[in-house]
Amino acid sequence: MERKLLTYEEKDTWIDKLCGVTKLVFFLCWSVTSMMTYDTRILVLMLVLSLIIFKISRTRWDQVGSVFKFILLFLIINLLAIYLFSPAEGVKIYGTETVLAGSGRYALRAEQLFYEFNIMLKYFTVVPSIFIFIVTTNPSEFAASMNRVGISYKAGYSVAIALRYIPDIQADFRKIRNAQMARGIEMSKKGKLVDRIKSTTAIIFPLVFSSMGRIETISTAMELRSFGKHRKRTWYMARPLKRNDYLVIAISVLFMIVALTITYMDGSRFYNPFV
Amino acid sequence: MKNNKFTIQQVVAAGIGTALFVVLTETQIPVVIVPNTALQVRAALLAFLSAVYGPVVGGIVGLLGHALGDAFFYGSVWWSWVVPDAVFGILVGLFVKQYKIREGGFGGKEIAIFNVIQIVANAIAWVLCAPVLDILIYAEPANKVFGQGAVAFICNAIMIAVLGTLLCFAYSKIMTKTSSLQKEE
Amino acid sequence: MNEKAVIEFDNFTFKYRTQVDPTLHDINLKIYKGEKVLIVGPSGSGKSTLSNCINGLIPHIYTGEQQGDVRINGKSIRETSLFDLSCMVGTVLQDTDGQFIGLTVAEDIAFALENDCVAQDEMHARVDEIAGIVEVGKLLKSSPGELSGGQKQRVSMAGVMVRDVDILLFDEPLANLDPATGKRAISLIDRIHKQTDTTIVIIEHRLEDALFCDADRIILVEDGRISADMTPDELMSTDVLIRAGVREPLYVSALKAVGVELEPEDEAGQIDTLHVEKYADEVRGWYHKQPHVQTRAYGEEVLGISHLSFAYDQNVTVLEDVSLSVRQGEMMAIVGKNGAGKTTLSNLVCGFLTPDKGEIRLNGSDISGLSVKERGEHIGLVMQNPNQMISKAMIYDEVALGLQVRGVPEDEIKERVNKVLRICGLYPYRNWPISALSFGQKKRVTIAAILILEPEIMILDEPTAGQDYRHYTEIMEFVRDINKKAGTTLIMITHDMHLMLEYTNRAVVIADGHLLADSSPAAILTNDEISDKAYLKRTSLYDLSRACGIDDADGFTEAFIHYERAHSRG
Repeated sequence: MERKLLTYEEKDTWIDKLCGVTKLVFFLCWSVTSMMTYDTRILVLMLVLSLIIFKISRTRWDQVGSVFKFILLFLIINLLAIYLFSPAEGVKIYGTETVLAGSGRYALRAEQLFYEFNIMLKYFTVVPSIFIFIVTTNPSEFAASMNRVGISYKAGYSVAIALRYIPDIQADFRKIRNAQMARGIEMSKKGKLVDRIKSTTAIIFPLVFSSMGRIETISTAMELRSFGKHRKRTWYMARPLKRNDYLVIAISVLFMIVALTITYMDGSRFYNPFV
Repeated sequence: MKNNKFTIQQVVAAGIGTALFVVLTETQIPVVIVPNTALQVRAALLAFLSAVYGPVVGGIVGLLGHALGDAFFYGSVWWSWVVPDAVFGILVGLFVKQYKIREGGFGGKEIAIFNVIQIVANAIAWVLCAPVLDILIYAEPANKVFGQGAVAFICNAIMIAVLGTLLCFAYSKIMTKTSSLQKEE
Repeated sequence: MNEKAVIEFDNFTFKYRTQVDPTLHDINLKIYKGEKVLIVGPSGSGKSTLSNCINGLIPHIYTGEQQGDVRINGKSIRETSLFDLSCMVGTVLQDTDGQFIGLTVAEDIAFALENDCVAQDEMHARVDEIAGIVEVGKLLKSSPGELSGGQKQRVSMAGVMVRDVDILLFDEPLANLDPATGKRAISLIDRIHKQTDTTIVIIEHRLEDALFCDADRIILVEDGRISADMTPDELMSTDVLIRAGVREPLYVSALKAVGVELEPEDEAGQIDTLHVEKYADEVRGWYHKQPHVQTRAYGEEVLGISHLSFAYDQNVTVLEDVSLSVRQGEMMAIVGKNGAGKTTLSNLVCGFLTPDKGEIRLNGSDISGLSVKERGEHIGLVMQNPNQMISKAMIYDEVALGLQVRGVPEDEIKERVNKVLRICGLYPYRNWPISALSFGQKKRVTIAAILILEPEIMILDEPTAGQDYRHYTEIMEFVRDINKKAGTTLIMITHDMHLMLEYTNRAVVIADGHLLADSSPAAILTNDEISDKAYLKRTSLYDLSRACGIDDADGFTEAFIHYERAHSRG
């Protein structure tokens, strides 16, 4: 049941060579645009663009495939749920009603289909940008570059520690779960809810409490090597922003502004093909 | 330790807490009655860490843990569900002094306080924050998102009431050094 | 020797805030520039507290009451900030993962420089230089997950050496390493000492391994006081180590068993310097008088493994064509360096992994169809770290857990738990919270929690890692008792040579996924080729017997171990 997590892989494309902070700015602009807009034209454009960037980054399908299938499943469930809860939401939004088939509450309406199509687009525009962000960003350099956008270096180091210890804690988790399974404790789907929560504790408690011990050790080690001595710190992995970085940041911000201006020009975030 | 400073221990706790939160992303206890919902073990972890280390750690673990967990496992970040976790962590963490977990004083009164606060914080996060963001960002139907929010609220509140309380209680026990023990034959 | 004391304890007494009694009493100690000093002592003797004073964690992080003073380079630890102290004293902690903070080797080495705001160019140059010294230059881009324990430790050394510290302080540097890697670590420390004239303080209870390279002085700490401060040669001619519960080097124990009274002039601090000629006749005479050791016969095969192979993916084979047979009632060791496939083997047996090829039999029948839970009733697994197994607050509940999840009635549970607690010597503590127990007692609880399921076989992963001699003996005597009383077959995954020699009858060596040897521990530890491949270290008994003109080093080793067993338990 264990799926492969997305991980960074060193490659030699110009996207890889961008600073982490550049990619973060791009990712944030991209997310904000995609969250705010419901303009179908812009969403389609973004989808096309992200597929192109995905291609350039040379991200391989096997790096992201299993995760992608999962998203697809989640998306389908969500689209069905929206239909179930509010089959005429599209009518409310676009102001017209075009029944394609059926009748009554769950009649199939063109507006609803178009609305849910837009939601699907919104998902698909964000997903490649996250894939690219994770797969092409060196975690070390990322932690270093967070400091640049005004995030305190201490918070930046929390991120670095999280990334550093995720594999270790995952290994602990697996070891503990195996040993408890051999004792006969498993997280089964049967039994009373309270019993199921209890058997979870057999795995969670040792994991959490041994991690609490780890917090002490790491703090001591950092203390002994003068973490927090000055208001600033330098970074071994920091990279200076280059021409390409400024270019990408400028384009990202510009794109966001233009896209949102177009979206809101007519006073609504929705593009309405029905009137 | 001064409270207004982000201490080394808090930096590390936020990092390790985030790592734990991410690792536990997929550890869920399915609820049989309501399909497609599950009790999130990580919700109990977040409540516990917030109650032990305070609002800064709680906020970071909620925000970062949820965002990274979503990104690594699902390849997308649902900000409308990330923010409520951060809000929840901060709210529970604000009352860190009331729980006395580190001092080993998490008893009956503290359990009650902890649970009242976690339920209120859960309500604010999931019945208010998440659905409103869903509507603002994704323009999803109101009845759907409030329904989802309510289910998330109930699930998390139950999980934290049981597992969260147990975690706090057990950790508080570990932190007390009892010296009145005697061997029995 | 230079007469400048870099570390100076002056009538120093320290009591932790949370404790009733002082941990250190009236310590007077001077360590001079360029010295190399070993600090030894049993767990709880105060040796870690001593090291915490040297690096300034006391009084800056761990607070308490103190009398007298500690001065580093002439500066009082009370009046010097932790930041300034850490520029003078570099500490390498025991936990190789906990102190590896960086995402890559280079970043971890640079960590202190980053905090000192050193410019990037200078930092890169400095990291390259230091990485070269500790031989990790080729690994700069590696993440900690790709490194062995020994490599991580070298990175940690580099991480404190980047600051040009005057004193290097090592807290149990050998605890997590296999013997051959430990030997290499000690050589490296020795080389750094000679090249840089840094003062070296090593805290360690594995004295024989730590003495692989010479030390100027050994300081023995006992009950918060310094009970010996002398050269290794002097110390070996006394019996203070044994009385304090610190293990002597094996060759020294053997010489003492023979009846030799060592003198400081014998230079017994290291086996290489020891003037053994003097005693060769005596040793030979003793050896010829020892009775021939009978090997015990064991019962039927309980666990059979044939042609087992496993690979995580097609390219990386972890185990290939491993076959072995374990007999009822045996105590055996599986040894080999980290990553050789020992843990994979136990994971396959327990059913956490599925073999690609081969068969595992329990009492003659194939177990491929059994679930993890079903196997768990026959084959118990005890993890290395008891804190990763214990999930209950009370001892009784922890031990009962395995039966409760199997739906055994409450009366029967109570009866069986009490019985197991009695076997494990935990009955008097049954109503204690587990948090009040020592590490060794916790280990017992985890063993009891497995024993309650009455498995035929128990697999113990590194049962004594990081334990001092007293706890080591306590745990292993207990394990041996279980073997005798409950008749449980015991398989121990370990790289502790003493454990193999003293408590097992048979050792299976796994190297690079292959079964390299299956023989008596004495035979394996006197065979250079096998020891090298398995990252073990040849026992010093081999060198002793050779130096005394005994050809059968294997036989001599067996004879000594046998003698020890018979005499230590009356």
